This record gives sequence, C-alpha cells and structure tokens, in this order.
Amino acid sequence: MQRIINFVLRYRNAFLYAFFALISLVMTIRSHSYHQSKFFNSSKWISGSIYGAGSDVSSYFSLQEENKKLVEENQRLRKLLFNSPDDSITKSLDSTLAVYEVMSAKLIKNSFTSPRNYVTIDKGEKDGVHQDMGVITTDGILGIVENVSQNFATVQSVLNTKSNINAKIKGTEYFGSLIWDTKDYTVVQLIDIPRLVPVVVGDTIVTGGMSSIFPENVPIGVIKKYDLNASKSFYNIDVELFCDMANIKNVYLIENKNKEEIQELEARTIE
Amino acid sequence: MSTTVIINILRFILLVLTQVLIFNNLNFLGFINPMVYVIFFYWYPIKVNRALFMLIAFLLGLTIDIFSDTLALNALASVTIAYTRPAIMRFCFGVNYDFQNFSFKNTTKLQRITFMALVVLIHHLIFFSFEILSIAHILLILKKVIATGIVTLILCILFSSLFSPKTE
Repeated sequence: MQRIINFVLRYRNAFLYAFFALISLVMTIRSHSYHQSKFFNSSKWISGSIYGAGSDVSSYFSLQEENKKLVEENQRLRKLLFNSPDDSITKSLDSTLAVYEVMSAKLIKNSFTSPRNYVTIDKGEKDGVHQDMGVITTDGILGIVENVSQNFATVQSVLNTKSNINAKIKGTEYFGSLIWDTKDYTVVQLIDIPRLVPVVVGDTIVTGGMSSIFPENVPIGVIKKYDLNASKSFYNIDVELFCDMANIKNVYLIENKNKEEIQELEARTIE
Repeated sequence: MSTTVIINILRFILLVLTQVLIFNNLNFLGFINPMVYVIFFYWYPIKVNRALFMLIAFLLGLTIDIFSDTLALNALASVTIAYTRPAIMRFCFGVNYDFQNFSFKNTTKLQRITFMALVVLIHHLIFFSFEILSIAHILLILKKVIATGIVTLILCILFSSLFSPKTE
C-alpha cells in the first residue's frame, strides 16, 4: 500500500496531466460527433456580453457599408412588392396566414476559419429565439440556431462539418445535401444529386422544401464546378456562396409556425 | 509574492480578451488567427508548483475555448504545454535551468526564441491535429500549423520585447 501511495505521489504531475488531458479529449471528441456543449459555449452571459461590448465598438466601422446593403435589400423587396398582384400582398401581410415568422438580429461573433464554425448573435430566449431556427443574411443562408441562452444564441454556420442542409437546383425538384469540406470558406458542396439531372455551371442553388427549418427557395449560391462521385451515380457539386461569410452583420431568424405540427406528425408516423 | 499573483491574474484576463476580441478576428490571408495567448506560458514564473500551473493552463485554455466555441481544444494544447514546459526549458537552456537562481536574464535571445518556437509548435500541432482529427487532411494540418505558427511566433517575440517583465 505504502508503495502504491509513494508511486502515485511521485508521479502526481503525470497523473494530473493525464486527468486534464482526458477531460479535454473527451470534450473534443464529443464535439466532433454530438451537438455543441450545452454548458460551455459563447452564448453564455459572460462571453456573450463581452462579445456584445466588442461588437458595439467595431460595428461603427462598417456602419455605412451595412446601411448600403440594407437599403439595397429594401429596394429589392419593394420591387417585388410593387410588381405582385394586389390580393397576394394583403394575403401575405395577414399575420394569421403567414407560416414563417421573421426576426432580426445582429452578429456579435463571426468565425469562418475553423472546421466547425459557430457564430453568436445578440438575440436569445428572451426575444423568442429557440433551437433549430433558420438563420439567413440579406444575401443567402447562414445556418441553424444551436444553443440559446437568456440574451444570446449560437448558430451552427453552413461552414461546419456537422452542418447538413437540404438544398436543390433552382427550378427543378432534385434535392441533395449541402455539406462543407473545410477547404474554402466561399465554397460549399452539394452532394446526392442524381446523375441524370442536367447540371450547368452557373445554375442557382436554393434551399429545398424537405426541411421544416428553412422556407423553400432561399438563395444559397451558384454552381462553380461539378464532377461525378466515386460510384459515378451522383454528382459532387461545388457551390459558391452568395453570402460573404467574412463580412456579416445583420441577420434574420426564421421560424416555421407549423414546425411542431410537422415534427409531431413525422414522429407519430415513424412509431 | 502577492504582486506576482496579481500580475498573473491580470495577464490571464488581458490575454483572454486580446485573444478573443482581436486575434480571433484577424483572419489574415483568410485563415490565420494567431494564438498569441501562448505567451502566458513564457511569462509565467519558472520555479512554481507544477500542479497549480497545469490547473491555470487548463482554465486559460477552457476560457478561450468557451469564447471561440472550440470546446477543449485550447485546453488540451495548453495543459500539454504546461506539463512539458520543464522538459522544453531543459532542452533550450541546458544545464543552467537546473540551477536555483535560473532566470531568463542569464539566457541568450536565441535560446529564448527557440523556447518560444518550440512552445508554439507543440501547441499548434496539438490544436490543429485535434481540430481536424483526420489523417487524410495531414497537409491541411501542416499548412495551418506552419502558417499560423510563424505569425504567432512573430507576435510573441514582439509582445515579449514590448512587455518584458522586470524580474521573474
């Protein structure tokens, strides 16, 4: 017994190192396969408020550019509004009929260089944000809400190896999955598009209607190049994102009001 | 003694803030975010309780992980540096390190830079290997380690000469 105690005491630093390393390793490996940790993420109040304060200062530098972007978007939406038939406007403005609720938020922490990128936004549970809401920017999609705290939320970006979003080629009904190979933050990959589909470089990729997170036809990007995968039956398509991931400030959160109903129905069907 | 404690607590907080608010947003050349906080392991007093040093390193890494949503990657790399620091020091400063009154003052600049380079190299190697966790991406890992490592090293050398501690 004495020897064992002596042995442990002699190598106590090695044991302590092994202990810390084990904790970190378990956390790291878990983060590769499971969702982000509930307790340790940047939506927590201390990290959230520090990022909020930092972003309060830095947002002034890009104010002009952001305003320009928003005005351009307004202009685009106005054009849509004025050019659509009268009754569809009044119909779409009736809030009881609207399926999707839209909320605005500001990015307080951006990240696009690591293989698993998460961004943090300044809206939380208090503002009605909850897990699995879709997040889009003025140009295209950004990601899905992963963790929510009282005042902040973290968003799993499309630039994340764990991200898997339903997408299709605009104008067709052929859909595939949008993934990211970590190589370039301006390019994501669309897989599982069957070989028989006519694919052309420059075609637009939009979100598909197979998920209850994003509405159909939210723009994602254009086809940059494509080739057949190893089994020669599906395409691997490189999609250049519309949205400049390095320069995002204002985002929109989308909530599908029918989502719970859809999920409940799906769960019941599987049973 | 107590001033050393206060200085190190301040250093901890300031390094975390500079890291997460400035250097994590640098994105130099699109992917280089230098991890300047490793200079903490250079500045930390030399003859200390190793268990406490490892605990502090773990907390430092974990704090930065929480801010950057890279759970426990920085913690793992930091704890490893804290554990291997005496060995790295013995390698860089030779037999001098074992003397009781050893301090950075009686070492050459080249020795100190070698020490920093080794710390940065080991830290980045662990960080990026576990971040990507795939042998297939070995070239990507090496590219990131070398590019980020060089920038981190240059910044660390600048920082160490800018804010050189008076006594250690």
